[in-house]
Amino acid sequence: MVKFEQAGLDASFAALSDATRRGVLEQLGRSDASITDLAEKFQMTLAGMMKHVGVLEQAGLVTTEKVGRVRNCKLGARTLEEEAAWLDRHRQLWASRFDALDEVVEQLKRKEKNNGRKK
Amino acid sequence: MAARSEIESAPTTNPTTVDRKSERELVVTRTVNGPARLVFEAWSKPELFKQWWVPKSFGLSLLSCEQDVRVGGQYRLVFRHGASEPMAFFGRYLEVVPHSRLSWTNEEGGDGGPITTVTFEEIAGKTRLVLHELYASKQALDAAVASGEKSCIGETFAQLDELLVTLGASA
Repeated sequence: MVKFEQAGLDASFAALSDATRRGVLEQLGRSDASITDLAEKFQMTLAGMMKHVGVLEQAGLVTTEKVGRVRNCKLGARTLEEEAAWLDRHRQLWASRFDALDEVVEQLKRKEKNNGRKK
Repeated sequence: MAARSEIESAPTTNPTTVDRKSERELVVTRTVNGPARLVFEAWSKPELFKQWWVPKSFGLSLLSCEQDVRVGGQYRLVFRHGASEPMAFFGRYLEVVPHSRLSWTNEEGGDGGPITTVTFEEIAGKTRLVLHELYASKQALDAAVASGEKSCIGETFAQLDELLVTLGASA
């Protein structure tokens, strides 16, 4: 079972517990946007939207970059789902590697047994 | 009943786990059906090591494998994927305790690569392997995760959409 760092999980769930923030993520899934764009779209003040984006950023779900006087927002490089998928592929890699190791050890055990009989 | 005997006759495969134990550390565990001295042998003799480190399902061919398993000794593995240029993975052994512990550097990415440590613990004729991959920083492990993700950005968004739908439905 894949486990996550508890703090990261808590931050993500807190970030996703708010309908506006989920809407912001959906919006950024379609295209990047500035804080001003997002504030207009969700009919909020600039300060209010900055707060929401800050929470999403803390959780690693969104990254922002200041270009001139505009702060651009896009989806974070890493989400929980993404990390889970990666860990799962990593596990599959090690599992097939260790399956092959099991076979090699099985061969060694048989060889040892045969040598033992000869003595 | 037929299904049951099939399960009983199938070779037993022990589960493999992978956990991100901390911001900088991944831990892989597995039990292998054999004593620690044989598992250690399979890990430290090149002719045995190359039989399992790159299973056929990876689609890689192992061109060469050199291991000098002693403290300070070097290892070097060269792979090829399809028609691509060969890739070398190399480093040196930091700790070598026969039948119980191995630790090595991973230097193909330059200085500051992760350090891998594997411990062999024998329990009733079987060996429990615990493998730690310790990265230099949270950023280094995040980058390893991210680089493994490059090829499936589309999937990521699809997964995010599903997550949002699920969370939206339960809100």
